[in-house]
Amino acid sequence: MTNPSLFEKIGGEAAVNAAVDIFYRKVLADKRINQFFEGVDMEKQAAKQKSFLTVAFGGPNKYTGKDLRDAHAHLVKRGLNDSHFDAVMENLGATLTELKVPADLIAQAAAVAESTRNDVLGR
Amino acid sequence: MPRILFDNQEYESGPGETILDCLTRHGVPAPHSCRSGLCHTCMMRALKGTPSGESQRGLKDALVLQNYFLPCVCVPPGDMSVVLPDAETFRTDTVVTRLDRLNPEIIRLRLARPENYQYRAGQYLTLFNADGVGRSYSLASVPALDGDLELHIHRVPGGVVSGWVDDRLQAGATVSIGEALGDCFYVPGRPDQPLLLIGTGSGLAPLYGIARDALQQGHTGPIKLYHGSSTPDGLYLVQELQDLALKNPGFDYRPCVSRGNAPAWTVRARADDRALEENPNLAGWRIYVCGNPDMVNHTKRRAFLAGASLSDISADPFLPSLP
Repeated sequence: MTNPSLFEKIGGEAAVNAAVDIFYRKVLADKRINQFFEGVDMEKQAAKQKSFLTVAFGGPNKYTGKDLRDAHAHLVKRGLNDSHFDAVMENLGATLTELKVPADLIAQAAAVAESTRNDVLGR
Repeated sequence: MPRILFDNQEYESGPGETILDCLTRHGVPAPHSCRSGLCHTCMMRALKGTPSGESQRGLKDALVLQNYFLPCVCVPPGDMSVVLPDAETFRTDTVVTRLDRLNPEIIRLRLARPENYQYRAGQYLTLFNADGVGRSYSLASVPALDGDLELHIHRVPGGVVSGWVDDRLQAGATVSIGEALGDCFYVPGRPDQPLLLIGTGSGLAPLYGIARDALQQGHTGPIKLYHGSSTPDGLYLVQELQDLALKNPGFDYRPCVSRGNAPAWTVRARADDRALEENPNLAGWRIYVCGNPDMVNHTKRRAFLAGASLSDISADPFLPSLP
């Protein structure tokens, strides 16, 4: 018997689906970061939020550091910095709290998301 | 091994190979990003063959119904023919059955429905003028109710298709149309779900189709239609919609006028503002928004922030600036 992964413990794809609307709604309503989402097609954007949550939950994905750098380079040019990354982390934590995910799993998901910071910010 | 037909070429897939991997291995520049079934960048539509269940997970119902799937996680169960999402797969000729005016700027064009022409009320098709220039128009007709295809064509200044329709077309003329596309249509299965329909100008066309389609499919939940125009004479099908509301207690029709004086039978407000004010909590609702692109994008966002799930928001932004 292998130990269940973080992704399995959080609830797998069903958990991602439950989280994506809540998380995206928080992000869109957050004045610190919502300027980065103006004028972007909402379906495409939500699919990206789903990708992000899958990564954070330790779910199956094939993203590399380079993918994350390439995908965010245009936002870094527009001024994306640590304060914005912090705001996203805060929304991630609030989403998982709202979904009653246990604190130790939230901390693990936050650590996974945190590990992408330098790639996202192009450092 | 299953063979994949894409862009008139056949490709043989390897054991356990996904369709995306098969195409890219053969040097086909298929769009993709996550390769894990998450980002939807690579989405395609199957014309023949059945996509694997896994490759349709997370797609909207309206897309699943039309055989859209994600090739990055689809190991083909058998031979398949696939196309990119907006690829036009056929054109067909049909005949104009009737032309009339709905208001000073909008023409109603009715076309004979070609044999085997499949569509859902609210989808759009491309109409080609005599020079082969095409523009997209939404279907206001309902397959189960209407024999013809019905389009509402806004005459735009210098419009190469709308001007041609208005100045040249007559009943009996032959025209070319493409297949019906798009995911802005009524999806059966949740008959008690409240529906909110918001449209401006000829954005009423798909909503008129969707509302009547929902009613004829036995929808029991409330259906609220807000149609907006800057002036009262921009509103149209008013009598038909008022009659529909009289016959169906669950159906509400709100004609809205955003400028100047509003007659007593209208509401003096923008349709999107009024719809959101009267229905501030949209959790569990299904939303359809059609018309001016700025209004559509703005309203999608507002509806989502008001609690509607993104998978329950369907939109059709029109491109009125295209001549």
